[in-house]
Amino acid sequence: MANPLKCDLCSKPATVHLTQIVNNKVHKVDLCEACAQAKGVTDPGGFSLADLLLKASLTPDAAPPAPGTRCPRCGYTPVEFKKHGRLGCPACYDAFATLVEPMLANMHSGVTHSGKVPARSLERKSLHDRLTKLELDLTEAIKSERYEDAARTRDEINQVKQAFHPDAP
Amino acid sequence: MPREDSTSLAALLSAPSELTDPGSSKTAIVLMTRIRLARNVVGHSFPGWAKPAQREEILTSCRDAVARLPQMKRCFNFAVADLGELERQILVERHLISRELSGSKGGAGVLISRDQAFSLMVNEEDHLRIQVLRAGLNLKRAWTAINDLDSALEEHLDFAFSPTLGYLTACPTNLGTAMRASAMMHLPALVISNQMEKVVRAVNQLGMVVRGLFGEGSDASGSIFQISNQTTLGEAEEVILKRLGSVLQSIVEHELNARAKLLEADAGKLHDKIGRAYGILQNSHLLTSGEAMNLLSLLRLGIDLGLFPDDQRSLIDRLLIEAQPGHLQHTHRGECDAAQRDVLRAARLRSEFASFPRPEIRPANPGAAA
Repeated sequence: MANPLKCDLCSKPATVHLTQIVNNKVHKVDLCEACAQAKGVTDPGGFSLADLLLKASLTPDAAPPAPGTRCPRCGYTPVEFKKHGRLGCPACYDAFATLVEPMLANMHSGVTHSGKVPARSLERKSLHDRLTKLELDLTEAIKSERYEDAARTRDEINQVKQAFHPDAP
Repeated sequence: MPREDSTSLAALLSAPSELTDPGSSKTAIVLMTRIRLARNVVGHSFPGWAKPAQREEILTSCRDAVARLPQMKRCFNFAVADLGELERQILVERHLISRELSGSKGGAGVLISRDQAFSLMVNEEDHLRIQVLRAGLNLKRAWTAINDLDSALEEHLDFAFSPTLGYLTACPTNLGTAMRASAMMHLPALVISNQMEKVVRAVNQLGMVVRGLFGEGSDASGSIFQISNQTTLGEAEEVILKRLGSVLQSIVEHELNARAKLLEADAGKLHDKIGRAYGILQNSHLLTSGEAMNLLSLLRLGIDLGLFPDDQRSLIDRLLIEAQPGHLQHTHRGECDAAQRDVLRAARLRSEFASFPRPEIRPANPGAAA
């Protein structure tokens, strides 16, 4: 007889065998009784295999990140991500792109966002970025005594500020 | 005075609400529609990783932003830390907060609109979980309402967003639209005829998930299930909602077919179940939460089948919420153990059903007796 299947989480003999189809891809997981209970798999209310796959780090094609990688903004590590299945902050998506992005194809129906865009937030951000750049230009122009440029930049800064607060006098 | 009122759970419970209002329970099968959006504020750690002071900071800025929305005028505003165990449970039972939020550490809160249609959880898994509830099947109306609220909120908060990954969320399973749309469905005939497993499998294949009444990990007592979209990245909100809508419609049809088949095969057996449920609700002295849910579920089926007047459906829907442990103990004005709750529940249901009209059951097959 063939070797009995082992639990994907703890290597005890597996007694619970699951198949779930997500986006026409078949996912199979074998679990022992204890792990199945612990993961809520036996729950009649249903559960999400994608979530289980994520938490248990069973997703096959996720590349291991370089050891010692940390999110530069919040200090989160890939070890923590593997443990909790959650990220530390929005910037983690850049920091751990090689780890997270390969998982997305298994989890979602696409890998590129389509849908609502926070237009106002983005507009504010682009105005903010523009303002930062203009202020740098202004400092630079004054330092090198290009007063005509400085005056023009100051006008532009005022225009951008006006766009930020259109109601201001 | 307004401030006290806004943090009073008693005021919330006595106010008319989207789910318990008599006008709302007009529909068979789909009890309610819910859409929730996850949003995070740019430049801040997600709640699970944020330090207590950062969580407090987010709570304050989200509360300030929400307070400026016209939809949230005179809203209820609770800090989870200020709520007792029982009060949290009540909010969970009313679907206004999640179990996760109810068990959360400091710096978590919820803002609930006066009519309890909108609820905004702060520092659950994401900085903001915005939810709208609508009675019956109403995905379009729910989407319009929550889309407007989200756009209004965006005037005051900068949301973390990437052009390729969409709204950035603590868990990658919510990326993209960060939208979870669901319908709470009452599917007794599919349960009685053992077809739920088949339905769950089919629904899964269409990219949707079936869960119990209170979300992940809860059971499906009362034959009530939540069906929601599984994936959030790669498709626009309207596309996801359209597909969910057609899945829901097809489940409704299957349930109606299953009901027709049960009646055709053995109406007497089905009427017997409903009649017995009526008898137990009127006369029992001990009722567990699970049993009460199942009995109420059978009565709701009875109303759909025309055995009881249509206007009684709102009572059933209200009791499905008010027979839950948290609500019962609140009415009783104090915590009590499961055994005492079973006594209280039976007493409450006995009094509610004392004047409930008797089922009008015509003989299943009059010809057979002749």
